[in-house]
Amino acid sequence: MEFRGVSKTFGNTRAVTSLSLQIPPGEFFSLLGPSGCGKTTTLRLLAGLEEPDRDGGAIFIDGVPVTDRRPYERDLSMVFQHYALFPHLSVARNVAFGLEQRSVPAAERVRRVRDTLALVRLDPGQFGNRMPSELSGGQRQRVALARALVIKPSILLLDEPLGAIDLKLRKQMQLELKALNRTLGITFVYVTHDQEEALTLSDRIAVMDQGRVIQIGAPAEIYECPRSAFVAEFIGESNFLSGIAREERDGLWTIGGNELEFQIPAQPGIGTGSPINVAVRPEWLRVCPPGQASHEANRIPATVREVVYLGETLQVVAEVTATRQTMRVTVPNEGQLKNPIVWNPGDEVVLTWLPGDCQVLQEGVS
Amino acid sequence: MKDVRKQRLLARIVSKPTTLLAPAGFWLLLFFIIPLGVMVVYSFMPRGIYGGVEPGFTLEHYLRFLDPLYLTILLRTVLMAAGCTAVCLLLGYPVAFAISRARRWKHILLLLVIMPFWTSFLVRTFAMIFLMRDTGLINTTLMRIGVITEPIVMLYTPFAVMVGLVYTFLPFMILPIYASLERLPNSILEAAEVLGAKPAARFRRIILPLSGPGVVAGSLLVFVPALGSFIPSDLLGGAKQMLIGNLVQNQFGAARNWPFGSAASFVVMGVVLIGVLVYLRSGRGEVTTALQDAG
Repeated sequence: MEFRGVSKTFGNTRAVTSLSLQIPPGEFFSLLGPSGCGKTTTLRLLAGLEEPDRDGGAIFIDGVPVTDRRPYERDLSMVFQHYALFPHLSVARNVAFGLEQRSVPAAERVRRVRDTLALVRLDPGQFGNRMPSELSGGQRQRVALARALVIKPSILLLDEPLGAIDLKLRKQMQLELKALNRTLGITFVYVTHDQEEALTLSDRIAVMDQGRVIQIGAPAEIYECPRSAFVAEFIGESNFLSGIAREERDGLWTIGGNELEFQIPAQPGIGTGSPINVAVRPEWLRVCPPGQASHEANRIPATVREVVYLGETLQVVAEVTATRQTMRVTVPNEGQLKNPIVWNPGDEVVLTWLPGDCQVLQEGVS
Repeated sequence: MKDVRKQRLLARIVSKPTTLLAPAGFWLLLFFIIPLGVMVVYSFMPRGIYGGVEPGFTLEHYLRFLDPLYLTILLRTVLMAAGCTAVCLLLGYPVAFAISRARRWKHILLLLVIMPFWTSFLVRTFAMIFLMRDTGLINTTLMRIGVITEPIVMLYTPFAVMVGLVYTFLPFMILPIYASLERLPNSILEAAEVLGAKPAARFRRIILPLSGPGVVAGSLLVFVPALGSFIPSDLLGGAKQMLIGNLVQNQFGAARNWPFGSAASFVVMGVVLIGVLVYLRSGRGEVTTALQDAG
C-alpha cells in the first residue's frame, strides 16, 4: 500500500497535503493525531470514499494504481467509527452482505459467516439472528469487525473503531485486534487519536498534524526519539527546555541560556551558537534534596508546587527557580499509606537527569 | 401562591404528558366523533323529502350501492387513487432522495416542495384548466412550434383528473420519504460500498428497505385523501369522470339525499380501512423493524 504525493482539499481547506507513505503487507499501521489532522481523510482516500485532488498524486495497493477505482473495486474492507451496521438486517445477514455482493455460493457463505463470527468471539447460534439494535456497543463492534473480515480483504481499515466502548472492553479488544492482525496476515490501517492505543497496537505509527505526516516510526522511536515538540507533546508528556550550544567537552555539549545550564550528548549538526530545543520525559527526571550528590549531570534548582496522586505513579509539579517554568516529574508510587512521598508544596529541591535522556528536537518548540 | 399552583400544574403535565392530548381530543370529539355518529344514524334512516331524514330504519342506502352504476364509480375511484399513489411514488421517491443527499440546496428544495400550499388548492386546479384545455398553453405552444396540428384533448379526460390528483398530492409523498431518507446515515451507504455493493445493489438492499416506513406513510397520505377527493375530478374530469367524492358531495348538495351521502361516505371509509390493513400487513415485518431501528 502506498501514497505518492496525495493531497485532498475540501473547499478552501487542505485536509491532506502531499502525503507520501508506504505500508508493507501485514503491518499494523496507525495514523495518529488530534481531531482535524487529516487522519480520517487519509483513511477514506485509501478506501476510495474520497477522491484525491487531481494534482498528480496516486494511491497504490499491491503495486497497482487504484486512484480511479471505486471502493467496491478495491481489495479492502473497513470498520467504521460508529459501526455503520445495516439496521434492518440480522447479525448474520450483516456479516453475509459482502459475500452476497461477491456472489459467494450459499453453503460457503453460511460457513464463512459462522467461522468469522466465531473468530470475533460471537456465538453464531446465539447472535446470528439478533438485530443490531439488540446488541451492546462491544457486540456491535465485533459484528462490524466480522462483516469487514469475512470478505478476506488484503487491507483492513479501522476508523477509531474502539472510540465508543468502555475502557476495560477497549483494552481487551485492542489485544484481540493485535492477535487478528498477526494470525490473519492482513494489513491493518488504524486511525486513532488515542496515543496509548497507537503505542499498544502498532508496528509503526504515523503522527499527523494539519494534513501532514510529522513523523513515522515504531512506537519506541516515536516515544523515545520525537523529532518535534508536537510529537513529544502529543505522545505522552514532555518538559521542554531551550538554549544555545556553548561548548563541547568529553562528548557532551553544554547548553546555556534562559539563566540555566544543562548538557546533552554530542551529535552531528550542533556547533557553537546553535539554538537547541530539548524534551525530557517526566519519568526520566528525578527529584533530589538540594545538597545531595548525584551522578546525574543535569541539575536544576526548583520549588515543589504540587504533588498529584495518579494511582500507579505520582507526579511532582515543580517550578524552576531560574526561569519560573513548570516541570513535571513522574515518581513511582511506593504506597502513600505505608511509605509516603517526602515532598510537599513549597519544598526547595533539585531536578536531576542524565544528559542522554534529553531528546533533541529537530524542529522548534511551538 | 398562584405561582406555586401554576408550577404544580406544569409539573403534573410534564410528569403525565398524556394530559396534553385533552384539548385536541376534545376538539375531535366535538367536530369528528359526534358528527360521525350522526352520520351513522342518518345512513340507516329513510330520506326526508326536502333533505334531512325521517324517523325509521332502512338498509336501502347501502343496498343501493350494489347497483353497477355505483360499483363502477367505486371501482374507478379506487383505481384512480391507486394510480395516483403509484405515480406519486415514482415521481416523488427520486425527488426525496435527491433532496435528502443535497447539502447546500436542501432547505431551498424543501421550500419548493411545499410552495404550492401557499396558494389556494382551488385556484391551482383552475389554473390547470387553462394549461390543459384545447386552446390552453400546452396545446397552443405545441401547435405553434409545429409538433401537432390538432389540439390534443386533455381536459375532461381521466388523464386530466390523474394530473390534477398527482399534482395535488405529490408533496405528501415526497415529505415522509424525505424524512426517512434523511435519517439514513451516509456511513451505512459507504459501508455497503466498501463491502462491494454497486449503486444498484446499494439502492435495492439498503436504501429502499430503510426508507420503507416513509414509503408506507407517503402512500397512505396520498391514497386515502385521493380516494375522497372531488375537486380535481369535478373541475378537470367533467361529469364523465365522477368519483365517489363527487357522489357524496352531490348527495349532500344538489340531490338532497343525506342518508345516501352518509352511506357512500361509510363505504369509502370501509374501503380505506380494508386497503390500509392489507397494505400494512403485507409489509409489516420490514416496516416495524425498520421503524424500531430508526427510533
